[in-house]
Amino acid sequence: MTKIKSLADLRKLKDEVQSKIKLREKGDHPENLIHIKVSMATCGIASGAKETMNYLIEELDHQGIDAIVTQTGCMGYCYAEPTIEVSIPGKEPVIYGHVNKDKALEIIEKHLKLNELVDGIIPTNYKTIED
Amino acid sequence: MAEFNTHILVCGGTGCKASQSDLLKANLKNRLADHGLQNEVQVLQTGCFGFCEKGPIVKIQPDNTFYVSVEPKDAIEIVDEHILKGRKVEHLLFKDPKNDKRVDDSKQMDFYKKQVRIALRNCGFINPENIDEYIGNDGYAALGTCLENYKPTEVIDLIKKSGLRGRGGGGFPTGLKWEITNKVEADQKYVVCNADEGDPGAFMDRSILEGDPHSVIEAMAICGYCIGASKGLVYIRAEYPLAIKRLKVALEQAAEYGLLGKNILGSDFNFEIEIRYGAGAFVCGEETALIHSMEGLRGEPTFKPPFPSESGYMGKPTNVNNVETFANIPPIINKGADWFASIGTEKSKGTKVFALAGKINNVGLIEVPMGITLREVIYDIGGGIKDGKEFKAVQTGGPSGGCLTKDFLDTPIDYDNLLAAGSMMGSGGMIVMDEDDCMVSIAKFYLEFTLDESCGKCTPCRIGNKRLYEILDKISQGKGTNEDLDKLRLLSQVIKDSSLCGLGQTSPNPVLSTLDHFMDEYVAHVDHHKCPAGQCKALLSYHIDEEKCTGCTLCFRNCPVGAISGEKRGPHYIDQSLCIKCGICLEKCKFDAVKIA
Ligand SMILES: Cc1cc2nc3c(=O)[nH]c(=O)nc-3n(C[C@H](O)[C@H](O)[C@H](O)COP(=O)(O)O)c2cc1C
Ligand code: SF4
Repeated sequence: MTKIKSLADLRKLKDEVQSKIKLREKGDHPENLIHIKVSMATCGIASGAKETMNYLIEELDHQGIDAIVTQTGCMGYCYAEPTIEVSIPGKEPVIYGHVNKDKALEIIEKHLKLNELVDGIIPTNYKTIED
Repeated sequence: MAEFNTHILVCGGTGCKASQSDLLKANLKNRLADHGLQNEVQVLQTGCFGFCEKGPIVKIQPDNTFYVSVEPKDAIEIVDEHILKGRKVEHLLFKDPKNDKRVDDSKQMDFYKKQVRIALRNCGFINPENIDEYIGNDGYAALGTCLENYKPTEVIDLIKKSGLRGRGGGGFPTGLKWEITNKVEADQKYVVCNADEGDPGAFMDRSILEGDPHSVIEAMAICGYCIGASKGLVYIRAEYPLAIKRLKVALEQAAEYGLLGKNILGSDFNFEIEIRYGAGAFVCGEETALIHSMEGLRGEPTFKPPFPSESGYMGKPTNVNNVETFANIPPIINKGADWFASIGTEKSKGTKVFALAGKINNVGLIEVPMGITLREVIYDIGGGIKDGKEFKAVQTGGPSGGCLTKDFLDTPIDYDNLLAAGSMMGSGGMIVMDEDDCMVSIAKFYLEFTLDESCGKCTPCRIGNKRLYEILDKISQGKGTNEDLDKLRLLSQVIKDSSLCGLGQTSPNPVLSTLDHFMDEYVAHVDHHKCPAGQCKALLSYHIDEEKCTGCTLCFRNCPVGAISGEKRGPHYIDQSLCIKCGICLEKCKFDAVKIA
């Protein structure tokens, strides 16, 4: 990695990574590139988030669905771990709770392939500092 | 298969389920089927919307209509009017209490979103192991702005103006602390991040370090710039392996980008951070004990003054702040002191993260603006009490705090109101108790924790708390006297007044606050030898109802001490002198014949 030498450099890097993230999300196949975030804090991992994440990666790979699966921190819904957030480009992100392998498969089969929501959505109930 | 074009989301949170959201969902489905719409409109159950007071909630997508207090019978109207004819059902729309107008688009009613995420802004959004994602979300911009545009004293003034107070428990104004440390002259100063988090039930600091370690690193560097320190130390308990791992990854990445190290962002400011591990002693969260622990000495508090800001780590001026305090710093610099000060109450600005636990439906991590009421936290965000039971109290501030009863449900939560109510903010543990919790046992539980964690330096704390515990134990056995109740109070006062550190000074708080708010329960234990909540084992007795007993012998065969006797097919009896009150007979009986008295 090269060092960042000034605030201007930092801003440049910010724009770069932002467009990289956008590119990754919108990509060459705007319809297909899906981003799934798995909440991987202690609470999530204790409830099986690692297994869910591995399963998602394998199953998506197996089915040839182009999607990015990344980890993130605690979303705060510890009672409903493992939780994942599914973002399909052009649509509002949706958070699901209690995502075990079966639920993960249901989400792939219905939400990702048929664009159909499934039971177990957790409504976001907070504002971020951007709001 | 046809694609669904409309989704009806029915709240399946526990509160809404209790008010028949299952039936509502079934009715909606049936009505849709009547019109042959089952393949176009999908009905789904979701988690809690956080608006339980107005449940059950129904949201219709894609037009974002938000219906409140929907009864099962309203299903027909929703389908016939909204879905078929595209007209909103006016009387089910939420009425804005401010102007009595019905709100039809939930995008305009995000005041139902009671949480505001500042310290947790990136938790659950970015990948904590990738610095680029942090930078993409304004990361390190605050540090850059400070180094390039502000003098240290200007940054300090900004933090002072924001009104930020320490989130580690004491609530000391952060800007003031930085200013004091800035003014002390020394060849070397230190920035310490307190990530000891020993409060039972609290896990906000861990979650921040796991979900957004860079925000703490960035804030520590800003603090270093402000007070004139080139070294930072994070004191974290070794029991937090994931937080430690993510912090290490983050430190490496920050150093690779030159955001830590020499001449940060082209300035002449140097800063580096090391990790120090704690062995998980509660008292080591106290700042002087923490510093001694880092110096390789015993983790025992020492007298203040001198405060760490004058003489701390290795005798040098040291600024100690909590993880959550640090996590608030970058947004304050990026968005301004006025923005931060606009959130919260007069003397407590911004938000506080709480770890909601106990007898509550939505256990989890929440971040709410200061000034929110307990009622909103427990019922709207927490989804109410488990199994529809009655709320009894909530313990804030952990072993140093007190319990708040239902009289305080509508008190705005901030540092000063909690203190006035006989509790404290603490680090943000919030443990909810219901009618089944015995307050004498709760006080005993916290005291047991204190006993284990007292460092033993002061007599009142070491021995006084032991005596307090023994008296509580006596009461829970039904052997307490009225004199014991007076002793509890007197001894508590003495311990508070004569202990050296915050641990001893606050350890009797759970006892005092339960005495204040639940005297009737103490009296029941002492005078009537009864535990109203049915928790104190010594005060329970198990009996078999002769009428209901079928003589199946199941209890007889399962009792581990052979206290049950009786003829097959005839009524059974429990010998009270043998019974150890394990409760197995109650659990095993299929005929509801075992009773507790
Ligand atoms: C017994 C005891 C335990 C404490 N534990 C913690 C802790 O785990 N984390 C923390 O940040 N502060 C803890 N504190 C408070 C610290 O002494 C100190 O006030 C705090 O770290 C200052 O940071 P702040 O101003 O950002 O809150 C504890 C205090 C006492 C008396
Ligand atoms: S009050 Fe208790 S924990 Fe604090 S220094 Fe004294 S003995 Fe140790």
